[in-house]
Amino acid sequence: MTPVYTLAAAQVVTEVQPTVDASGAASWAWLLVALPLLGAAIILLGGRSANRWGPTLANVMSWGAFGLGAAILIEMLGRAGDERAQSLHLWQWFTGGSFEVNAGMLVDQLSISFVMLVTFVGSLIHVYSLGYMEHDPDKGRFFGYLNLFIAAMLTLVLADSYVLLFLGWEGVGLASYLLIGFWYQRSDYASAANKAFIVNRVGDMALAIGIAMMFVTFGSADYSTVHGGAAGAPEWALTAIGLLLLGAACGKSAQFPLQSWLGDAMAGPTPVSALIHAATMVTAGVYLIVRSNAIFDLAPTARLVVTIVGAITLLLGAFIGMAKDDIKKALAASTMSQIGYMMLAAGLGPVGYVFAIFHLLTHGFFKAGMFLGAGSVMHAMNDQVNMRRFGRLSGVLKHTWWTFGLGWLAIIGFPGLSGWWSKDKIIEAAFVGEGWQPWVFGLVTMLGAGLTAFYMSRLFFMTFHGSGKRWTEDVHPHESPLVMTVPMMILAVGSLALGAILTAVKFPEWLAPVTNGGHLEHHEPVLAIPAIQILTFVLMAAGVFVAWRLYWKADVPVVAPEGSALTQAARTDFYQDDVNEAVFVGPLMTTATGLVEADDQIVDGGARNLGDGVAGLSRVLRRAQTGFVRSYALTMLAGVVAVLGALWVMN
Amino acid sequence: MIDNPYVPLLFFMTLGLLFAAGSVGAGQLIGPKKANAAKAMPYECGLQPSPKAEEGGRVPIKYYLTAMLFIIFDVESLFLFPFAVAFNQLGLFALVEMVLFVITVFVAYAYVWRRGGLNWD
Amino acid sequence: MNQEFTMVEINYWAIAPLLVVVAGALIGVLVEAFVARASRHNVQLGVGLVTYLAALVVLLAKSRTEHGLTMGGSVVIDGPSVFLMAVILCFALLSLLVMAERFGGPAADAFTPMGAATPGSDLERSAESAGWGTTEAVPLMMISVVGMMLFVSSGDLLTMFVALEVLSLPLYVLTGLARRRRLLSQEAALKYFLLGSFSSAFFLFGAALLYGYAGSVDIARIALAIGAASPVLDGLLLPGVALVLIGLLFKVGAVPFHAWTPDAYQGAPTPVTGFMAAATKIAAFGAILRLAYVGLSGNRWDWEPALIAIAALTMVIGAVMTVTQTDVKRLLAYSSIAHAGFILVAVMSFDVTGVSGAMFYLVCYGFTTIAAFALVTLVRHEGSEATDLSQWAGLGRRSPVVAGAFAICLLAFAGIPLTSGFTAKFAAFAPAISHGGAAGAWLVVIGVLASAVTAYVYFRIIVTMFFEEGAGDVVAITPSTLTTIAIAIGLVLTILLGVLPGPVLEAATQSAQFLR
Repeated sequence: MTPVYTLAAAQVVTEVQPTVDASGAASWAWLLVALPLLGAAIILLGGRSANRWGPTLANVMSWGAFGLGAAILIEMLGRAGDERAQSLHLWQWFTGGSFEVNAGMLVDQLSISFVMLVTFVGSLIHVYSLGYMEHDPDKGRFFGYLNLFIAAMLTLVLADSYVLLFLGWEGVGLASYLLIGFWYQRSDYASAANKAFIVNRVGDMALAIGIAMMFVTFGSADYSTVHGGAAGAPEWALTAIGLLLLGAACGKSAQFPLQSWLGDAMAGPTPVSALIHAATMVTAGVYLIVRSNAIFDLAPTARLVVTIVGAITLLLGAFIGMAKDDIKKALAASTMSQIGYMMLAAGLGPVGYVFAIFHLLTHGFFKAGMFLGAGSVMHAMNDQVNMRRFGRLSGVLKHTWWTFGLGWLAIIGFPGLSGWWSKDKIIEAAFVGEGWQPWVFGLVTMLGAGLTAFYMSRLFFMTFHGSGKRWTEDVHPHESPLVMTVPMMILAVGSLALGAILTAVKFPEWLAPVTNGGHLEHHEPVLAIPAIQILTFVLMAAGVFVAWRLYWKADVPVVAPEGSALTQAARTDFYQDDVNEAVFVGPLMTTATGLVEADDQIVDGGARNLGDGVAGLSRVLRRAQTGFVRSYALTMLAGVVAVLGALWVMN
Repeated sequence: MIDNPYVPLLFFMTLGLLFAAGSVGAGQLIGPKKANAAKAMPYECGLQPSPKAEEGGRVPIKYYLTAMLFIIFDVESLFLFPFAVAFNQLGLFALVEMVLFVITVFVAYAYVWRRGGLNWD
Repeated sequence: MNQEFTMVEINYWAIAPLLVVVAGALIGVLVEAFVARASRHNVQLGVGLVTYLAALVVLLAKSRTEHGLTMGGSVVIDGPSVFLMAVILCFALLSLLVMAERFGGPAADAFTPMGAATPGSDLERSAESAGWGTTEAVPLMMISVVGMMLFVSSGDLLTMFVALEVLSLPLYVLTGLARRRRLLSQEAALKYFLLGSFSSAFFLFGAALLYGYAGSVDIARIALAIGAASPVLDGLLLPGVALVLIGLLFKVGAVPFHAWTPDAYQGAPTPVTGFMAAATKIAAFGAILRLAYVGLSGNRWDWEPALIAIAALTMVIGAVMTVTQTDVKRLLAYSSIAHAGFILVAVMSFDVTGVSGAMFYLVCYGFTTIAAFALVTLVRHEGSEATDLSQWAGLGRRSPVVAGAFAICLLAFAGIPLTSGFTAKFAAFAPAISHGGAAGAWLVVIGVLASAVTAYVYFRIIVTMFFEEGAGDVVAITPSTLTTIAIAIGLVLTILLGVLPGPVLEAATQSAQFLR
């Protein structure tokens, strides 16, 4: 019965945590970025020979960053409360007009939490990849990209200004893009990489415009200036900035309506899916919103939109997860849904920020663990991903089974495991408030818990249990080597215990100075907490039960049944691609081809239509030769006339 | 209106147009119309365009080269003439400038000469 | 009639860099006349390098401090003109290194053995087998550089016009000198020439109208006359302004005066294209800045809307047209149109930071562009340049260094952080937001959207190079040391200006004040 914390008064007082100059281990924080970046540079420039020493070097760099991060964390724990947030000035990046941008780092409770998550999970996945990518002819390049990703992600979370964050933001996008398309020989993989990139650009553009608005409003994009000045800015500006940041977060975190790329991103090697598309990069949107809490506190409209987006994605992801037969895509949908939880929590404001991050950390462990498990299954099953071709793998893949099982129990919120500690807090927080909102959001999160239980159990049962083995004839499953299973085991321990540990060490209170100005106070949900917990548990149990009936007891057909309209819609990600095609890609291509056609028609004199026969062609080409310049000159003249005419009319 | 400094300009333009139109018109009206071969030539000054019309009717590029060389010296004299007229007032400085100018022109001339621009064939 | 002749004051130190390049060009012509064919290539290269370096040294050592009007106000040496002249000289230096690339042959690889020979004729073949080359390219380029340097420092419209012609005429010739695809090259040269003359006529007509209005071609006098001249003449002012600006906008390739750009860029020898894109743009923008900020700012409210519309149109059309391009040179041409639009955004801020932003952008864009076009010259299919994008598929596997370097250029064009493209866009857009009012803000929004579109295109190329399998016969050949140096400098500055833009941005800021 842990109480829910929130700000005491309804009045929000923006209180930015003061920082001190970095000292001790934190003054070496730049090495966190520099180490993996150096690793990436050396490996990628190393060419073919990097296949031999690259993997080891990448591991060393990644673990080195983790060691340094741990040192900084330990030192930070020893500091007095008001000296924990440290700023590290690096250099003056550039000045443009009257604006100045400095490159610097902010090492505080929030960023160090992320550093630990990124470097620890990241390093484990580096180890796992040693086994997973062992026979890949290009593994040097793979490890180079992995290190590049770690460097970019750490830049993102350690930045002390939105501009530097943007750099990391683009960097992780690039690394993600390179890794999704790592097996570019397959064109559908390359196009998946493309899609991820393009959808992300939409979000990135929102971030760029948002940063531009910050410069207009605050004259700077430093966290300290922006957050400190938020109280003095007009609400409409804060709302606009908030919505733009949300747009950015939607792109990076695969939230509605920019969620479509995540499923396709599963084309990348599985360790990548685990690291980037489950544990770290996709949560950057949540980080962005929690980091910008000073803005969102003062922009309730923007916050409400965040909550709504989170709620929609939560349900959408769950529905998609129920329909997918591809184990990785189902996990991706689940990631979407879980990040929906985090977004929803972040949108709740001070009552939810810390729990969003809490859930983010636990999710990072159990979801990464399950992805690695999925990779191990694929490894055993000749890289098949269709769950209808799995079944009863628990006996063969013992380690994979129990580590995956712990992740499964954690994500469905089985009491005592990691997910329960963090997700129940979000559900409880969603029930806090006045009017219709707590009921809607509370019930959505609760329903989401039931759905999660169903689709994750479906996934788990279809893969590891069930009435029979539906394997194709050519597979001979075998357990993965230790170098792969040990990271899974470590992550499984995290799935089991991280929630309890973080609660025991009062992680929410520790994080509160960053997000809540340091005051965490109790606030009652509209429904009694025991009632919420019991209802959630019942829904969860019901979800598991239904899945058990359908996918364990009953026979699972090898070919997917046609299913209801909802199932069909969910299988195609709710027609997201068609919508994108219609809304974004279509008009752009039409405009472009239209312009080209206009160019051809006017300039070319219909060369293509009249192009029958050599004589005709020659005649047309002759005409086109003079026609070009003439029509060019005509365009110019038309432009001149238009300019003069417009000026004449206006004056 | 009449004080406007551009009025004489207008006057000249009108006069010029009238003269041009008038002389062409007068030629049409009162001139004898007897055609002969010389009149049908492209260049009445007597130049024979070497390629025939059926070969494309092109004038060899050499004519243009010569014409451009002519213009170089034309432009040079254009500058030299006012300079010579006002030489007394201009003094040594302008002389130096003009020598530099002539040298510049001769650099171009030297290029044409050395690269065979003056050879007809 | 008997007015006393007064000699104009000439500050020789101030115009010394110009004189140095003029002298270099004349020496270059004499080299063509008197040095044996076999050794011309090396001698011309030496003359060119020495000339540019000497001019740069003189400029930075002496002329930098000689601010003021000279030659009776025809030449203005001030912050922007010194800065831009220095940058033009740097670009010329790099471009020369690329132009001189021989790839082991007897003459510069990019240029035809004999420009006057009919394409495909026996004459051309014999010139080819004799190992001749068009070494005239070097003095031609120097003359063009003289025009560019004068263009950014001219104090009156007449000097500006002369400079415009001096910079343009050699470029027309250079455009027609490509070794391969001769017909395309000659066609491009003719188009460029015709349309260039057309735009020059507009400029000249506009200058005449402004002279009629202000009674002077002096830019500073025109500024004084605006608002003070007789209202009877007001009808001359706005058309004059518009036509003069149109003449200049043609040179930067602003829409709707851009039609020549893709054709000329595609047809010209690739190193010349790089030079044109980088140096012509900087010269023309220098003139636009001076005219807009010094001469015509008095009634800018009247003509600003037209320029805003042109800037928006330039960004949108330039960006959208990149989407359907299949030839890498045409694509970079449309990209350069879009970049011209971005720079116009900075110009439209009408603040001193706009000047520095635009100048910084030009520096960043120029170095990246020269490197990018130099890289294009390396990608070959059976000996000639493979400019079709489909031929670039899989280049990342066969020639990772060239493909990687080109990817860096593309990332910079796309404005990705830590490349110069990002800081440049920032420097160009920030003044528009802070000083450009609502129109400036809208232009920036359009600019961000347009760069998103172009970013898509650039990344598609990166995908083509790295993520697609291509025919194995398209390879990147190894350049000589000189070209390698040029490319390396371009790339290093692309990165450096993205990471540590401070010094250059500082220099641009300090040089942003026009002398009136």
